[in-house]
Amino acid sequence: MTTPMTTPMSRALTLAGLAAVPLAVLGVFFVLPVSGMVSEGFVVDGRFDPGGVLEVLGRPRVHRVLWFTVWSSTVATLVAVLLGLPAAHLLHRRRFPGQRVLRSLLLVPFVLPTVVVGVAFRELIGEAGPLGFLGLDGSAAAIVAGLVFFNVAVVIRAVGAAWESLDPRPAEAAAALGASPVQVLRTVTLPALRPAIVSAASVVFLFCATAFGVVLTLGGLRYSSVETEIYLLTTNLLDLQAAAALSILQLLAITGLLVVTGRLRAVPDPALSRSTARPPRPSPGDWPGVVTTALVLLLVGTPLAALVTGSLRVGDTWSLANYRALGGEGDQQALLVPVGDALVTSLRTAVDATWMSLSLGVLVAVVVTRRSRSRTERRVRGLLDGLFMLPLGVSAVTLGFGFLITLDRPPLDLRDSLLLVPIAQALVALPLVVRTLVPVLGGIDDRQRQAAASLGAGPLRTFATVDLPAMWRPLTAAAGFAFAVSLGEFGATSFLAREDHPTLPIVIFRLIGHPGAMNYGMALAASVVLAATTAAVMLAVDRLRVSSVGAF
Amino acid sequence: MSRALAPVIAASVVALAVSGCSTIGSGSDGDATDGASGADKPSRVVLVTHDSFVLPKPLIKQFEQESGYDLVVRATGDAGILTNKLVLTKDDPLGDVAFGVDNTFASRALDEGVFAAYDAPLPAGAEDYRLPGDDDHALTPVDNGNVCVNVDDTWFADHDLAEPETLDDLADPAYKNLFVLPGAATSSPGMAFLLTTIAAYGEDGWQDYWTKLMDNGAKLTAGWSDAYEVDFTQGGGKGDRPIVLSYDSSPAFTVSGGRSTTSALLDTCFRQVEYAGVLAGAANPDGAEQLVDFLLSPDVQAALPESMYVFPVDPSVELPQEWAKFAEQPTDPYAVDPAEVSANRDDWLREWSDITSR
Repeated sequence: MTTPMTTPMSRALTLAGLAAVPLAVLGVFFVLPVSGMVSEGFVVDGRFDPGGVLEVLGRPRVHRVLWFTVWSSTVATLVAVLLGLPAAHLLHRRRFPGQRVLRSLLLVPFVLPTVVVGVAFRELIGEAGPLGFLGLDGSAAAIVAGLVFFNVAVVIRAVGAAWESLDPRPAEAAAALGASPVQVLRTVTLPALRPAIVSAASVVFLFCATAFGVVLTLGGLRYSSVETEIYLLTTNLLDLQAAAALSILQLLAITGLLVVTGRLRAVPDPALSRSTARPPRPSPGDWPGVVTTALVLLLVGTPLAALVTGSLRVGDTWSLANYRALGGEGDQQALLVPVGDALVTSLRTAVDATWMSLSLGVLVAVVVTRRSRSRTERRVRGLLDGLFMLPLGVSAVTLGFGFLITLDRPPLDLRDSLLLVPIAQALVALPLVVRTLVPVLGGIDDRQRQAAASLGAGPLRTFATVDLPAMWRPLTAAAGFAFAVSLGEFGATSFLAREDHPTLPIVIFRLIGHPGAMNYGMALAASVVLAATTAAVMLAVDRLRVSSVGAF
Repeated sequence: MSRALAPVIAASVVALAVSGCSTIGSGSDGDATDGASGADKPSRVVLVTHDSFVLPKPLIKQFEQESGYDLVVRATGDAGILTNKLVLTKDDPLGDVAFGVDNTFASRALDEGVFAAYDAPLPAGAEDYRLPGDDDHALTPVDNGNVCVNVDDTWFADHDLAEPETLDDLADPAYKNLFVLPGAATSSPGMAFLLTTIAAYGEDGWQDYWTKLMDNGAKLTAGWSDAYEVDFTQGGGKGDRPIVLSYDSSPAFTVSGGRSTTSALLDTCFRQVEYAGVLAGAANPDGAEQLVDFLLSPDVQAALPESMYVFPVDPSVELPQEWAKFAEQPTDPYAVDPAEVSANRDDWLREWSDITSR
């Protein structure tokens, strides 16, 4: 395909060829269902009637809801970035015992079902809890804390992966020339990390803006976000006009966000050199990282500790009975299937979702980071980049109902397909994968590829020798993300999952939703099992990546 | 060069290894082959239901043997999601039978023509549970349960305080800051309690009651588990509120030492009935009708309490021991005409949200 004498035509064809598969998947499993659902709101009694939708957009309540969504997500994103950056430095640029365990532990919140986290949080901050005196229960501060709890790992992991690949020599040179650590950070390190930071922040913002359970559970029904409104309007009131209006609002807001972050991400002269130096041990100068990491651990660890404690209590005594009960179906039958079976279903689904999102993600990342030769080409690549972020910003309910009404006839008779759950999860994970890969691929000097090509390497060979080695670390980081997203995904899964093969979060949801002290204990125990499995998988991925990196 | 290819090789090895443990590689899609083969007689019957549906496996086997059909269960969401799914897909139904539409959502489904008429023979005594307004008998009552205020008996005994009995008591300053309940907009029992107050105080009086209730420190949560498991004194998390909105069956789950530590206030109840119905346009109407009949059979009716935490509609069925002893049902629960609910749900919820978030 790519020869030294590339014509514009063949470049366009290559671009189209690489983008075709991800675009087709996005078209069928995202654009089609969402537009199907939104158009339900525009068509009243068989006639096209946009008046109703426009009327909804003028309601004061909608403005209030939009405002709350924007400010709570912004604050949560800022806090997550402020806490995440120093922690990323300590966990990815320093070397100390127990580091890998900490890194995998921090990803655990990502997979925990919101309903369980909500209970764990509220047992701490509720009126009767040990932190009840703070009066946080039902406050906006509790919502922000919950959002940070779920998302700080995104910043640590995504920025950490970029930080690891950062060449330390410019910073060392600056320091040798007399720059203070703060100056080095401000003038050398942060600018180099900016694409990664902006990427992570935009993903976190989207996760926060579409958070559902956290807002309802921790806000005590006093706060509504765009997402909770859409949920209520669609699942309870079947007011599709209003839901469509809010969905459009969501899409517009995300598009705006993507334009802004696209600008902020752009780096005039990206140049990434891979670092091979062994990271040093922490020194006294690393205290900001140590302090914030401790803070993050406290925030993430306390609810987790409450969970573990709760799972070990039966009545007023310590016991493993809750864990033993997970093996059978329980005498009260609240357990749909033995937890082991549900865990296997969860892991299998996660494997599928991971390879789907990774293969799509690599294609997308390659397409959007290739150096453009014309303004149109750059526009097209930028557009594609943003397009694949959209699934994060659109309500799972809209997507779920959309699947039902659009994927119901040949050739797309897929609504009963077993593939639907992993595909839906892969779509949620895809933006994370893309956002983790793009900063690194974008940072590769294109001259390396040109050099490889001029030495006679074909495009695949070039990819394998230039891109892949640089991509390897972020790729494993992204794989971990995708796996974790899939393990914990509840919204789309509960909408699509089949009774005979429930995933673990669905089993937990059912356990905690029914009376009986044993069911409650078992729900906590099952959550601990989910958390431990996640941590173990993350640890394994971490090891895998270190050993393979040693090959270079 | 060969070193640079190492990750590629590693990745392919990993991919091969994992494909063996993925859902796709495992061929666990036994029933995914739909009716696509174009067989003349359907071989299965598809039940669309909410995610609380569960029946003991032997019973499902029994149905499959007696009817000759494989039973496929598609369970997702709650009663509201289920109803709306059925409405949105009525031209191309998701299955043959639906179970789990309750009396607060049933009118919407009936108005939209989701169900086909099928007059299943009801057990004696089950007539009471028919949906008012369902003259074609499209819906068959299968189970029922009441949403009632529950109290922690031990707490009130310890504090030498008389237990509340009525809705009015809940707004009495003697019980200030003691009540926790899930909200009407986000929870089905929460909605049932809103309907209780509408039935008790009238369409123009419930707003005042809720103002008083909120002034008296009632605490709202998102869902049932948040209220019961976190804030209720007898819940899993040992909260600090001894009055909670739950079910008439809940006292059967707090038994210790031969007596229940909680009781349901039987003058504060709203009855929820769950229905089954044959879907209009079902691919297997015969199997669908057999399944509706099966749900009314004594075996299934007897399994309902322990499988789905609800009472059977067949009064002759024997209840589990703890239910018979501790789960008392109200004789005259509150009710609101389902057609009224369907017509006013939107307005009521909006008014309710305004009052409670003030």
